[in-house]
Amino acid sequence: MELQRKLEILADAAKYDASCASSGAARKDSRGSKGVGSTGGSGICHSYAPDGRCISLLKVLLTNVCLYDCHYCINRRSSNVQRARFTPDEVVQLTLDFYKRNYIEGLFLSSGIIQSADYTMELVIAVARTLREVHHFRGYIHLKTIPEASPALIEMAGRYADRISINIELPTQEGLDTLAPEKNLARTQAAMGHIRGRIDERFAEKRKPDAPKPPPFATGQSTQMLVGADASTDGTILQRADVMYGAYGLRRVYYSAFSPIPEPSKILPLKAPPLVREHRLYQADWLLRFYDFKVGELTSDDAPNLDLAVDPKLAWALRNRALYPIDVNKASREILLRVPGLGVRNVERILAARRYTKLRLADLLRLRLAMKKVLPFIIAADHTPVKLGLDSDDLRARFLPPPQQLELSFEPPAPTQADHISTRSGEL
Amino acid sequence: MRTVTIDPTFESWRDKARELLAQRVSPAAVLWSDDRAEVSLFGAVPEPIAPATSSAPKVSAAFLGIARSAAAHIDPQRWAALYRLLWRLTLGGESHLLAMATDRDVRQVQGWCKAVGRDIHKMHAFVRFRLVGTNEVSGREQFVAWFEPDYRIVRLTAGFFQKRFTGMDWSILTPHLCMHWDGNNLHYTPGVLREAAPDADALDGLWRSYYRSIFNPARLKVKAMQAEMPKKYWKNLPEAELINELIAGSTARVDEMLRTEERPAKPASKNAYLEKLRQMNAETLDTSSQ
Repeated sequence: MELQRKLEILADAAKYDASCASSGAARKDSRGSKGVGSTGGSGICHSYAPDGRCISLLKVLLTNVCLYDCHYCINRRSSNVQRARFTPDEVVQLTLDFYKRNYIEGLFLSSGIIQSADYTMELVIAVARTLREVHHFRGYIHLKTIPEASPALIEMAGRYADRISINIELPTQEGLDTLAPEKNLARTQAAMGHIRGRIDERFAEKRKPDAPKPPPFATGQSTQMLVGADASTDGTILQRADVMYGAYGLRRVYYSAFSPIPEPSKILPLKAPPLVREHRLYQADWLLRFYDFKVGELTSDDAPNLDLAVDPKLAWALRNRALYPIDVNKASREILLRVPGLGVRNVERILAARRYTKLRLADLLRLRLAMKKVLPFIIAADHTPVKLGLDSDDLRARFLPPPQQLELSFEPPAPTQADHISTRSGEL
Repeated sequence: MRTVTIDPTFESWRDKARELLAQRVSPAAVLWSDDRAEVSLFGAVPEPIAPATSSAPKVSAAFLGIARSAAAHIDPQRWAALYRLLWRLTLGGESHLLAMATDRDVRQVQGWCKAVGRDIHKMHAFVRFRLVGTNEVSGREQFVAWFEPDYRIVRLTAGFFQKRFTGMDWSILTPHLCMHWDGNNLHYTPGVLREAAPDADALDGLWRSYYRSIFNPARLKVKAMQAEMPKKYWKNLPEAELINELIAGSTARVDEMLRTEERPAKPASKNAYLEKLRQMNAETLDTSSQ
């Protein structure tokens, strides 16, 4: 098979993995070497596809032949998709060629499982080892690992990679039993725990004074959960994410809306992707990580799913109106973070500026706050919101998308422009 | 009022600003120009600055970083705004000023920095190197890229490209300034026209194959793409010629998926590893039910 055809098949096979990050790697570069590559600082998105996703890494499978039968996956053994397999050298050459043209930040390599977990891991590791040791490649490498692979192989993967990941896929074992019968939540979490131990160990060794520099190891791990493939609620998904961040120290949990694939399974009928739901989960994830929210504040037994029409922070504020209005000149950082429309960066700016001045609306305007969203919830030196604003029932209605959209369509409302901006900046 | 004429560079502004500050010249008393031709056109004679009577007050490294970045912008007001900020931070007694994102001057300068920072980031992302040959002596591959930045950022990106692409020879050509790396030295030459750079690379076709295949037609989000990759960049990106075709074909591709007959689950072939997995799964079930 021609290389181009292999690339088409094996990129197509890899595109359902949402992870694209190339940030958070240890600082390294190619100075003094014959090779190319650098990492550290924030990652770079070298292109964007019309699905709005960034393209930063060459994201391919080594092979899409797979023993497993995960029904959401185009590469499962029951699928009739055309199969292909790269040789490790082909992936090495593609990575270097693409990197030198500045198309990419590095490689994200995954693989269908062939023969056994260890056999597959060895092939994946061979690519990374050749890039690092033969070609002195210092760019970003993300390796997908298999929880059942032997610890020694996961250790090796970690040595060559900047990031390693295991996809948890679904938040419960019941979901996996139906849709991914070979996968096991407990084993995945055990492997994550092992990886976390190694990452923490290396950070500790690095901090020891006078100790020799320890051998490299990945600086973080991430995972992905499918949304909308099983019946899990947002509450269940966020609780699992919370465990991932808390107990396993993950850098990122990616949420991937289940979207139609060319090879549908009888066990999992195709549906339109719940893109707004995925978007709300990312916003909620941000609230957990940077805004000191708890899962229990975002979803509850009575309302196990996030509100699709408004963002989760606004939804929380509307449920907790007694807290508002909040005085931007007096409130603590924790309280300011609860103001809808106020992001982490602007909270820091407000805290810094108010040491020297009493903040007025003109000051807030210069910070480019989303004033329409913020105003009903805050007090400034020259602004007190009308009481009616907070108490009236139409406050929520003010933040909904224009009504004609709701009349014409029974789909969940599309995210507004403000939502798009907030996903990019992470500010809510 | 005096007119101060500088080159449109941070260094030139810094030297003049230092002199003016040492002489306690108020920002309101200075007109800044970075266009020597324009000054003589209006007939104004640049006023020579008397030697400094005392040294200029010190300013934080943070301000110098901000000033260096803002200086790369092209707004003609930036020199005056930077001097005003410098004055307020030092002689004006507002040493805390940079913490005031709500201040008009600070906001304006930060706005320039942000635009310049974004331009730098996009240059890091969207430069596309094309292979033009191999150096016969050193054996190093030689690449040339063309890029059109909005601001005067070429020098600010030099460190990034040098550290990342140490092992190859490269030139980045732009309309204002070009930079060249040969493994030992980085040097600059004046800007050139688009025609000076190669149009394509033999790998562009493979790259387009990748771009086409990594796109998921079931989740079209054209606005999100354009917010990060505005159309002005498309003409220099080899993959961008596919965008319209991919968007136009996406609905039909999804319809096709929805029409495809659902495949039944296929039993696993005999495989020792799968057998072992099944045993492990049964064991975890046992322990969890105990």
